[in-house]
Amino acid sequence: MSRTDAPSPDALTPELDADLEERLEYRWSDPPGIIGFFTSVDHKRIGIRYIVTAFVFFFLAGLMALVMRAQLAQPEADVVGPDTYNQLFTMHGTLMIFLFNTPVLAGFGNYLLPLMLGARDMAYPRLNAFSYWVFLLGSMFVLSSFAIGEVPDVGWFAYTPLSGPEYSEDRGVDFWGLGVIFIGVSTTVGAINFLVSTIKMRAPGMSLDRLPIFVWSIVSMALMVVFAVPAVTLAAGLLELDRLGGTAFFEPDRGGDPLLYQHLFWFWGHPEVYILFLPAVGMVSTIIPIASRERLAGYLWTVGAFLAIAFISFGVWVHHMFATGLPAQAAGFFSSASLVIAIPSGILYFCWIATMLPGRVQRTVPMLFSLGFLAIFLAGGITGVMVASMSFDVQVTDSYFVVAHFHYVLNGAVVFPIFAAIYHWFPKMIGRNLSDRLGRWSFWIMAIAFQFAFFPMHILGLLGMPRRIYTYEDGLGWTTLNVVISIGSVAFAVGVALTLVNVVRSWRRGSAAVPNPWGADTLEWATTSPPPEYNFAGLPVVASRHPLWDQQPLPLLIDSELDGPTDHEAETPTETDERQALLLRDLTPAGALERRSPMADGLHGNPAGSLLVPEPTWLPFVVALGMLVLAVGALYQSLPVLVAGGAYGLVGLVWWAWRTDQEPE
Amino acid sequence: MRWARGPAGFGWRAARAVLVAGLSVGLVACSDDAPSALDPRGPDSQRIATSWWLLFGLGAAVYVVVAGFIVRGLGRPAPVPQQRLILLGGIVVPTLVLAVVGVETVQATRAVFEDDTDARIVVDGRQYWWEVRYPGDGVVTANEVHIPAGEKVTVDLVTDDVIHSFWVPELTGKLDMIPGQTNQITFEADEPGTYRGQCAEFCGIQHAYMAFVVVAHEPADFDRWLADRQEPPSRPEGPQARRGRQVLESEACAGCHTVAGTNATGDEGPDLSDVAARRELGAGATENTPEELRRWIRDSQDIKPGNHMPPIELSDRDLDALVAYLEQLDGT
Repeated sequence: MSRTDAPSPDALTPELDADLEERLEYRWSDPPGIIGFFTSVDHKRIGIRYIVTAFVFFFLAGLMALVMRAQLAQPEADVVGPDTYNQLFTMHGTLMIFLFNTPVLAGFGNYLLPLMLGARDMAYPRLNAFSYWVFLLGSMFVLSSFAIGEVPDVGWFAYTPLSGPEYSEDRGVDFWGLGVIFIGVSTTVGAINFLVSTIKMRAPGMSLDRLPIFVWSIVSMALMVVFAVPAVTLAAGLLELDRLGGTAFFEPDRGGDPLLYQHLFWFWGHPEVYILFLPAVGMVSTIIPIASRERLAGYLWTVGAFLAIAFISFGVWVHHMFATGLPAQAAGFFSSASLVIAIPSGILYFCWIATMLPGRVQRTVPMLFSLGFLAIFLAGGITGVMVASMSFDVQVTDSYFVVAHFHYVLNGAVVFPIFAAIYHWFPKMIGRNLSDRLGRWSFWIMAIAFQFAFFPMHILGLLGMPRRIYTYEDGLGWTTLNVVISIGSVAFAVGVALTLVNVVRSWRRGSAAVPNPWGADTLEWATTSPPPEYNFAGLPVVASRHPLWDQQPLPLLIDSELDGPTDHEAETPTETDERQALLLRDLTPAGALERRSPMADGLHGNPAGSLLVPEPTWLPFVVALGMLVLAVGALYQSLPVLVAGGAYGLVGLVWWAWRTDQEPE
Repeated sequence: MRWARGPAGFGWRAARAVLVAGLSVGLVACSDDAPSALDPRGPDSQRIATSWWLLFGLGAAVYVVVAGFIVRGLGRPAPVPQQRLILLGGIVVPTLVLAVVGVETVQATRAVFEDDTDARIVVDGRQYWWEVRYPGDGVVTANEVHIPAGEKVTVDLVTDDVIHSFWVPELTGKLDMIPGQTNQITFEADEPGTYRGQCAEFCGIQHAYMAFVVVAHEPADFDRWLADRQEPPSRPEGPQARRGRQVLESEACAGCHTVAGTNATGDEGPDLSDVAARRELGAGATENTPEELRRWIRDSQDIKPGNHMPPIELSDRDLDALVAYLEQLDGT
């Protein structure tokens, strides 16, 4: 199918174009005000909401870290007591992993995926909204523990039996356990949505080998989530059954096994690192080629590396348990797998290097943060190989060496790319430009302070300082380094604050952004900044991996003379022609009367009709509220509330299943 | 003009300065006092330290090479055979480096982890202290693991409450204590000396003050140490100490603590039979002096908040007597 002579609307005049936009606007706008806020299913609104909410938790967790650093800045300090300190490090970890890192990446995925795919929304927009509401309500549930005064204090990993009913009597752990279930549900449905959206919701011609690299990173991440996250949801669920229901899954006195908990937790916990890492490297793999004015070298290598990481990461979880007294042979297997997973990361590095070398690299702010990522993750990856070596790991596990290692990975290799992404996509999302100068200051302060805040932790660990201690004696040789770390952490916070100031200032009164400020190659830059509710007035037709670089001007579905969407062989000409005709009917001005988004099939991205996108609806919020009632019922072990929440949620789900929220006209 | 675009030039220079400064601070801070894994005092920690220096050397080399490529990438455009570069730098070289790491791991692991044998010592992790038993010899003490130097020592690690982890960085890596299972650790101290250890798995509010020491003696001294403790403590000397023993036996103390040869046979808290011989109180919380012991008994919550010992209401006279008695329990 090279060209199509399907019936096209009359020659498009500017007036007709304006008419089209008006119709789309009418069809896609959310209701105004507060009702629109609760009922919107727009992936862009949800995405930005995710990012903003997650950043609130990032700042909270950062403040907690600063209090901890104040306590540790001198030996035997009394800034906070042991009870508060234990709550702080528990909540710092919980917020950073569950309420910041995971959702902020989901936010970018939500915002960018349909735009990059040339679609108008996700495959399940209502599920998308549901996923956000569950995340928000779950987060508020976890944080309400501060209001009740019973804060989780058993570490973000909540090992049994310490987290069990006998050793943690107040409700703190329940806030954590039930909260994790919320986040587990939210993340899992989100991942399913990403997978289905990528498979089905693509612009005509966007074959799998033309997917933007960021989309591939989201796909790999989502694949991992679907298999890994149920394990932690289960671990937290069984823990809560032990605590609230009197079962004994993890109670050694009654035949349970505390190590079972660790296996379930880390079966998710290690893939989780890569669940966070993959979208972050997806961002970097997007930004480096743009800043280098070069195509990503080794696109297939990169995709292969993503998928290899996703696969191998399921064979490494036991390296968190090397000190539990495992049989040597089992440990040997997990030690080897943990070493092998370094190879895909090596491939990624050399793909980026091979992209930068022939290019003329512009040191834009997003590129600076990407370079920060390259420098920091390189160290974090190397220490990762070290801790994969079992004999060495038993010295440093649960010491500050490991704290250093995973902050190089989670802060360096995830937060730096997220900051890169903010500087890269803010103009698109908000339609305003960030200050370049503030961005540079923010980067350099963060990058340099990072080394002071985290590098000395390696040495502390080797000097025998364990993790999770609220204080230490003088004269152990740990004091000087702790002072350096504390000063570094304050400086790091200053760097972060500069970006916050930058974002707040520009959001209110930044200069207007052009559609494609970076000269980027993917479809989100083909529409206005910010994009309209319907993303694209005329839907793009893709014939390259880099449509905005190779297809000038970008062919749109409304054009009467349409280039074939794909150079792949169609299955049968007639079938494809039929679909093409359908697609044109649905997505050209005539179809703008309905909320429709293009669909593509399988590998090749041949047009496969269109999807009716649901209208704004209260359902996701209403059903998510049911989950909250259920959790509160479980927390207070109140059967009536539990039953009420369950029944309410069930009714909501049935109602949901009943309605598509849009009748085709 | 560079300044106008932001602190870029300053930043690159500062980044270099940081590297140098960081390494210097690190070296200065490597105090002799630290229970350092890089200051090995036994064959196991020695083996692991050797492993570390190999890993560090390889890691540093990899860092320098890859960082060199990245820095070059920022320079003038240089056409490269991209596929070959990815294949070589991303697969071939990493595979070789990882193979070295793998072989080293297998060898070091084999050297450090021994097969199970009969243990002479049992260390029982408790919230937040360590009970140390020599079952064959009928000796129980707390927070100090006495061993003969120059011999391999095998310890059974157990716990009945929550998970703890036994870690003496100067002697060997850590091993968890997990309820419902017995883990075995074997290590050796080359020379007589005192080696600090600490709980390495978060175990509750006072995880920070769950320290202990391994005390390695000349073998003959170790035998004497053990023999001393096999006898119950000698009778208290002087009226005050005798009264102190009565206080111990009649007040709350006996419900939780044991002193060999008395009516005090509780097992919630540490065995006090040689309490005066120990270096510290409260598993590292404070020094073991008569004043601190007195303070500890009156309100240990003030010293180590959250530990399981309640404040003890005693008259000053009883308290003085009790301290006088406990000070005589020096293990001889």
